[in-house]
Amino acid sequence: MAFPRRHLLRIVGFGVLLFFTLFFFVPIIWLFLAPTKSDGQLLTQSPFAFGSFGTLGATFHRIVTYSDDSLLIWLKNSAIYSFGGTALAVIAAIPAGYGLALTQFVGRRALLSITLVVMIMPATALVLPLFLEINKLGLYGTIWALILPFGFFPFGVYLAYIYFSSAIPKDLLAAARMDGATEWGVFRHIAVPLARPIIGLVAFFAFVASWNNFFLPFVMTYDSSQYPLQIGLQQLIGSTASFNPANYSAGSSITVLHRPDLAAAVTVAIIPVLLVFLFAQRALVTGMLAGATKE
Amino acid sequence: MSVPSVPAVPGGRTNVRRGRWAGVKRDHRLAGTSPIAGYFFVALYAGLLVLLGIAPVVYAIYLALTNSGGFGSSFVDAFNDYRFVPAFEHVLEFMVIWLVAQTVLVVSLTLMLHNLAPRIGAFFRFVFYIPGALAGAASVVVWLFMLDPTASPFSPILHWFGYGQFDNTVAPGNLPVIFAIMAFWTGAGAWMVVMYGALNNIPHELLESAEMDGANAFKTALFIKLPLIRKWVVYMLVLSFAGGTQLFVEPTVLSSAALGVGVSKYWSPNQLAWFVASQYDNFNEAAAISVVLLVLGLAVAAVLVWRGRLFEVD
Repeated sequence: MAFPRRHLLRIVGFGVLLFFTLFFFVPIIWLFLAPTKSDGQLLTQSPFAFGSFGTLGATFHRIVTYSDDSLLIWLKNSAIYSFGGTALAVIAAIPAGYGLALTQFVGRRALLSITLVVMIMPATALVLPLFLEINKLGLYGTIWALILPFGFFPFGVYLAYIYFSSAIPKDLLAAARMDGATEWGVFRHIAVPLARPIIGLVAFFAFVASWNNFFLPFVMTYDSSQYPLQIGLQQLIGSTASFNPANYSAGSSITVLHRPDLAAAVTVAIIPVLLVFLFAQRALVTGMLAGATKE
Repeated sequence: MSVPSVPAVPGGRTNVRRGRWAGVKRDHRLAGTSPIAGYFFVALYAGLLVLLGIAPVVYAIYLALTNSGGFGSSFVDAFNDYRFVPAFEHVLEFMVIWLVAQTVLVVSLTLMLHNLAPRIGAFFRFVFYIPGALAGAASVVVWLFMLDPTASPFSPILHWFGYGQFDNTVAPGNLPVIFAIMAFWTGAGAWMVVMYGALNNIPHELLESAEMDGANAFKTALFIKLPLIRKWVVYMLVLSFAGGTQLFVEPTVLSSAALGVGVSKYWSPNQLAWFVASQYDNFNEAAAISVVLLVLGLAVAAVLVWRGRLFEVD
C-alpha cells in the first residue's frame, strides 16, 4: 500500500525542486534577456522573450559610452584592484601555508589560530577599522587602500596549509634536504610545482572575493574615476529613470538610463566571475570542501 | 555583499581525522628545518596580518576609547544614538527570517538532492550555486528588477500580494524579508554544496543497514542523515549569524533607488557606523559601533575555532 504514497512524495519532491530551480535561475535568464529589449518592450513582452540583436547592440553602445565611457573605466579599475589583490594574496598565502605546514618555529600555532579566527570572522567587520587606519596612514584614495586589504587573505593561507599538510610527502622534502637542497630550493623546486592546483584555487577565491567586494571600495573610493564596477552599478541606479524618476524630468541635462541599460551593465560586471564559475566548477567545489570530504 | 555569499567556507575538518595530523609537530622528517626558514616563508603574510588584521582592530579600539568626552564616552554616544537600537532591531528581524528560512530550506533541499541520482543531483547543485557568482551590488540590482512589479518575471506573484508599483514592494515593513530573500538567493547554493559534502561523508554501511532495517528514504534522511550533519548545520547558523550582523550592501544599494524611500542611510549598524564617520567625521562613535560588531564576529569565530573543533590546528 506504500506504493501510491511514494509516488505522491516523489511528485511533491520534484515540484519543490522545480520551484527552487525557477527561483534561482529565472532572475539570471531575465537579466541576460533584458538588454535585448527596449524599456517599453520589457513591460509589454513576455519576460522570457528575446528582443533583437539590434536592440542589444544599441543598449550596449548606450551603456558603454554613458558618461564618458565610465563603465570601461570602472571595468579597468575592477581589474586593477582584483588582479593586484589576487597576486599579492597568492604571493603571501602560498609560502605562508607551506611554512605553517612544513617548517617548525616558535609562534607557529599562534599564527595558525589567529589566521583561523580572522578567516571565520566576517571580513566586513574589518572594513570600517581598515578605513580609519588607511585614512590615518594617508593611503586613502590610492589603489593600495584596496589592493593591500584584498591581498590579506587568511582563507587562502588555510587552504594552502591544508594542502601542504596532506598532499606533499614529507619524505620527499627530507630526501631533498639530505641531497643538499636549501630551504628555498626545496620550496621552489619541489613544493611549488606540486602545489599548482592549490595556487589556482587560492587565486580563484581571492579574485572572486575582490571582484565582488562592495563595502571596502565603497568606503575607500570617493571619485567616479576610482570606482570599481560594483560601486559603479550603484551609481547607475541613480541615473535609471524607473528607480529615480526625479531625474527623468524633461529638459534635464543628465543622460537618462533605462532598465535594459542597467541590466546590460550588470551583465558586464558579472560575466568575468560567471565564466570562472562555469569553467572552474569542479575545482571550486573541491576547494569549498577542502578537508571536509573523504577522498 | 556583507552577508557571506562567497562563502569563506573553510575546509572544515572532522574530529575523526585529528589523529592523522597530531604528529606534525614532532615529525622527525622536519627535523632538519631551521626556524629561520619558517619565519622567512610566513613573513609577508604575517606582515599583512599585523598591518591589516590586527592593527585596524587595535586602532579602532583606541579610537573608540579615547575621546574628548572621556574614557568610554564613544560607546555611550553610540548606545544613546537614537539610530543605534533601531539599526540592530532591523538586522535582528532580518536575521530571524533569513536564518530560519536558510536552515530549513538548505537542509531539506540538500537531503532531497542526496536521494537523487548523482548526476541529476549535481545539476541541481550547480543551478542553485550559480547566483553565488553575483554577490555584491550586482545581485541587489538584479533583485531591484525582480521586485519591480511592472517588469519582473515574478510580477504575477507581486500582484497577487497587491504590489503594483516598485515602491509598494520595497515598503519599510517588507525590507527584512527582501534582504533575507537576497541573502538566501546568493548564499544558499554554496551551503548546499557544503552540506552535500558532509552527507557524502556518512559511511555507506550505515545507510545500507538502515535500509535493511526497513527505513524508507524519508526516515533515513530524518533520523540517520540529519543527526550526522548536525554539526555542519550549527556551523552554517553560527557563521551566517556573524555575517548577518554586518549587513551593508543590500540596504545601501537599495537606498540609492529614490523610490526605495523606506531605506534610510542608517538602516543597519554598519551603515550607521559609516554614516557617522562620513557625515559628521565622528570617527570615535564610528569606531565604537564597529568595535561592537567586531566583538560579535570575533566571539563567534573564537567559539568555533576553540570549542567547535571543526578546524585543524594540528
